[in-house]
Amino acid sequence: MSSIPHDHAAGHHVDHDHAHHPSGTMRWITTTNHKDIGTLYLWFSFIMFLAGGVMALAIRAELFQPGLQLVEPEFFNQLNTVHGLVMIFGAIMPAAVGFANWQVPLMIGAPDMAFARMNNWSFWLLPFAAVLLLSSFVVPGGAASAGWTLYPPLSVQTGMGMDLTIFAVHIMGASSIMGSINIITTILNMRAPGMTMMKMPLFVWTWLITAYLLIAVMPVLAGAVTMLLTDRHFGTSFFNAAGGGDPVMFQHIFWFFGHPEVYIMILPSFGIVSTIIPAFARKPLFGYASMVYATASIAILSFLVWAHHMFTVGMPAAGQVFFMYVTMLIAVPTAVKVFNWVATMWKGSMTFETPMLFAIGFIFMFTVGGFTGLVLALVPVDIVLHDTYYVVAHFHYVLVAGSLFAFFGGIYYWLPKWCGRMYDETLGEWHFWTSFVFFNITFFPMHFLGLAGMPRRVPDYATQFTDWNEVASIGAFGFGLSQLIFLYAVLKAIRSGPPAPAKPWEGSDTLEWTLPSPAPYHTFENPPQVS
Amino acid sequence: MEPKGAMARQAMKAAKQLPKKMAGIAALVTALAPALALAAKEYNLQAPVTPVATEIFDLHMYIIWICVVIFVGVFSVMFYSIFAHRKSKGHQAAQFHENTVVEIVWTVIPFLILVVMAVPATRTILAMKDSSVPDMTVKITGSQWKWSYDYLDDGFGYYSNLKTPVEQIEEGKPKGEHYLLEVDQPMVVPVGKKIRLLITSSDVIHAWFLPAAGVQQDAIPGFVRDGWMKFDKTGIFRGQCAKICGKEHGFMPIVVEVKSADDYAKWLAEHKKAAAAAADDPNKVWDAKELIARGEKIYAANCASCHQPTGKGVAGAFPALDGSKVVTGPKHEQIKIILNGVVTNGQPTAMVAWKSTLSDIDIAAVVTYTRNSWSNHTGEAIQPAEVKADRS
Amino acid sequence: MSDTKLDDPRQSNRTLLVKLGVVVVVMFGFGFALVPFYDQICKATGLRDIDNPDRLENSQVDRTRTVRLEFDANVHKLSWTFRPLAQVVSVHPGEMAQVVYEVENRTERPMTGQAVPSYGPQLAAEYFKKLDCFCFAKQSFGPHERRQMPVVFVIDPRLPRDVNTISLSYTFFEVEGN
Repeated sequence: MSSIPHDHAAGHHVDHDHAHHPSGTMRWITTTNHKDIGTLYLWFSFIMFLAGGVMALAIRAELFQPGLQLVEPEFFNQLNTVHGLVMIFGAIMPAAVGFANWQVPLMIGAPDMAFARMNNWSFWLLPFAAVLLLSSFVVPGGAASAGWTLYPPLSVQTGMGMDLTIFAVHIMGASSIMGSINIITTILNMRAPGMTMMKMPLFVWTWLITAYLLIAVMPVLAGAVTMLLTDRHFGTSFFNAAGGGDPVMFQHIFWFFGHPEVYIMILPSFGIVSTIIPAFARKPLFGYASMVYATASIAILSFLVWAHHMFTVGMPAAGQVFFMYVTMLIAVPTAVKVFNWVATMWKGSMTFETPMLFAIGFIFMFTVGGFTGLVLALVPVDIVLHDTYYVVAHFHYVLVAGSLFAFFGGIYYWLPKWCGRMYDETLGEWHFWTSFVFFNITFFPMHFLGLAGMPRRVPDYATQFTDWNEVASIGAFGFGLSQLIFLYAVLKAIRSGPPAPAKPWEGSDTLEWTLPSPAPYHTFENPPQVS
Repeated sequence: MEPKGAMARQAMKAAKQLPKKMAGIAALVTALAPALALAAKEYNLQAPVTPVATEIFDLHMYIIWICVVIFVGVFSVMFYSIFAHRKSKGHQAAQFHENTVVEIVWTVIPFLILVVMAVPATRTILAMKDSSVPDMTVKITGSQWKWSYDYLDDGFGYYSNLKTPVEQIEEGKPKGEHYLLEVDQPMVVPVGKKIRLLITSSDVIHAWFLPAAGVQQDAIPGFVRDGWMKFDKTGIFRGQCAKICGKEHGFMPIVVEVKSADDYAKWLAEHKKAAAAAADDPNKVWDAKELIARGEKIYAANCASCHQPTGKGVAGAFPALDGSKVVTGPKHEQIKIILNGVVTNGQPTAMVAWKSTLSDIDIAAVVTYTRNSWSNHTGEAIQPAEVKADRS
Repeated sequence: MSDTKLDDPRQSNRTLLVKLGVVVVVMFGFGFALVPFYDQICKATGLRDIDNPDRLENSQVDRTRTVRLEFDANVHKLSWTFRPLAQVVSVHPGEMAQVVYEVENRTERPMTGQAVPSYGPQLAAEYFKKLDCFCFAKQSFGPHERRQMPVVFVIDPRLPRDVNTISLSYTFFEVEGN
């Protein structure tokens, strides 16, 4: 084949590429190209986001007024459970992998991921798992309804929807594990010459650390749900006191996975924000080394805090004190990151295109979520807030106004590189402002509901909780509709946006911006020299 | 060149409009806020009624103030930067990008602030352990889907069922003041005494949550968890189950009535007497009217949520009892279904087994009620001994 | 240009794949290892110990304090009556005492059950030394059989001084008979 490097000059090599690859459906099914696979992950995650969003709207519609108007309580519990599973395993995690697939090879100057074929399998497992999970709604007994946390004995009691869920979780876990092995190997072995670890873009660092977390804890989740499966069908008593087991043990094993899992969901977003802020402030990231150490500290500490999800389970005071202290400690490296982002902005020369709006929105609202997390970390306060709407508010602030907003920012930021066209800035800003306002209308009142004593996972509530529930439901529908602006903006850009230059963002300085827009199908087949 | 210029102009326009947009949002929120604030009544934790709850309330306020101060401080800096360090204002970017001293300072200061928060929190955790001798013990058992209270020192106990009528929940009838937070028999305790709580469950994990008292404890089957509370004042306080436990998780409230010492003593005496009387003679023969009256109450508390007060059930989900072959056919078939529940294709259904929750007399009563209500007129009166015989 | 240049990175990729695969397998095993690990921690902290008679080292009776013991009984989905004959007893630590529980199988068929103890506060488990208990073994009952079964125990005098009330609760579960 030709040895002319493809990684300079604009578009005319595109035709050259088409000649070597299948087109149409077969292209997407058999692709081993990290860009194609990244695109697949991102579209899949968006479809799942809409599915999970519809479930959320059904939940908020029922909760608009006290009384049962729309759904039966049993179905409501199913909606709650599957909404959580879909958003976590179907939307946030695959979107993060989609970003990793597109960006990690480009940012380190590698031609593709280390194991290109395994990359294809990692993706295609997901639609299969999604079908299993969503089809559980129509089997006898309906979908799993014990909450996404699947605590026994309730989860041992319920119908076959739980078994479908367990299988889906196994498959999604396998996909995540394979993807993480791929990402770690790519980052450790395939960086361009001259790119030492401490020269890697921070997004690559956050994904490296995330991938280590994933291979450490996804197998533990697999173990926990396998134990549920055998308790359900094969006569074991892991979680059944009758046979010498203990339902609380499930909680320990689950949250040993579950707490690192929430950091798995946020670290890639930290990386995206750490990319966008310097680009739009036209100033290098403040405290690069500090940011790396802070991210690593957060990851290590995340293994030591799991029982803060279990403060009401009857733990001895010594245990409560230990977990409270370590949980509070995680606030330190997190605060350092926030300060570093603000210091990056400080005395920069900022512009506020859509990616920057989402990044600033992230910093502002992730911090709100961080503070409510600190409140929840205090055991005595947690005793009256555990399993109330205060917790629902907390995790939606960090996962939606946190993780998801960072993903939106990343898509607007990198879309020009991926598809060679600019999005409409006005649409992007409309998407941001409507999302920001409606998000807060939906979730801020939930703090008040939790403080007032409204429990979670209930289809109906006492009349004193009505006002804030009405406000939240209105906000939810607004937030949901706002995402249609996003869909429209992306489709419009892909179809008919103005052509984008190689470097549309003045302040960006990572390797992908040295490539033409759109990035050619094969890039960095000869590694670039990094100074 | 051309696209870049257009984009640059768009970017400049966006940047100039940002402060205007933020001001607009701020104005909107400020205008709406009074309306929202007036409309809503709940902003903070419930008024505390025990010393523990008071400590929790105070700790929470203390933490919130610290968080607000930090939040305002940090974001003042950020928003100032957004306004002042803009390209559209002509600000040139500095190029500094690290400073070890600053990093150390803003690592140590947050750590110290956390210590300042952790000290009172630790003190409250230790205070919650209070080990003084309790004055009485109440055993609390969570079931699907009701609580039961056993006064271990006094030898009686009872179930506490949601009292809100189904019509208010499902048919849109006007809701009572304590909608979803009212029960037929509340837990009753004396004021000012230390009450030991022994909490367990008979099936899945529930949680006993009484926010005003500062108490939340998981109810775990096969295990007891102990807790305590001591009320500062008399009154009625309400809470709910706080761990998802199945379809009626939102419908198993907690009501605690705190009485003065005298009133409590009176209540206790009455209850002990009633409990002794209700300790039914297994050989007593009940007449149909007594059974039907008792059965109607049992039905309302346990069956009506699925099978409906009209006995018509919900099509496709819960079978109708009015005109049902089971209810008008051989009585032992119906008794066995109530005792053992219904399992279809190896999967449990919503019709759980009632053998552990309802006594022989209660089952006899509710069977008699269903067989003689609506359009059913079997004329039968089921005796408790018949139910006892079917327990196998 | 030649293949040797490719082999090296491919080999190191493969090696790393194997290493990471081992990590995955180890963590899966770790998840299951948490089961006995959890049991050991519960035993070591005295939070939960179930089936075995306890050895008592110190049998000095401490008459300076009394401990109030509450006895509780539960059945888990069983048509049995299960109750302690005495609900509250006061003992001195170090003093041997006995309580009797009564069980009746109210069904027509023979059944076997296992009683699982639970303590409030949980740490009391370490100090509540059971010398003889029906909870050590499965108990089989014929139809309508009623039996009284003792628990012989001593409260270890090393019980922390701030614990003055202990609840012992048993839950009877049905198990497969012998």
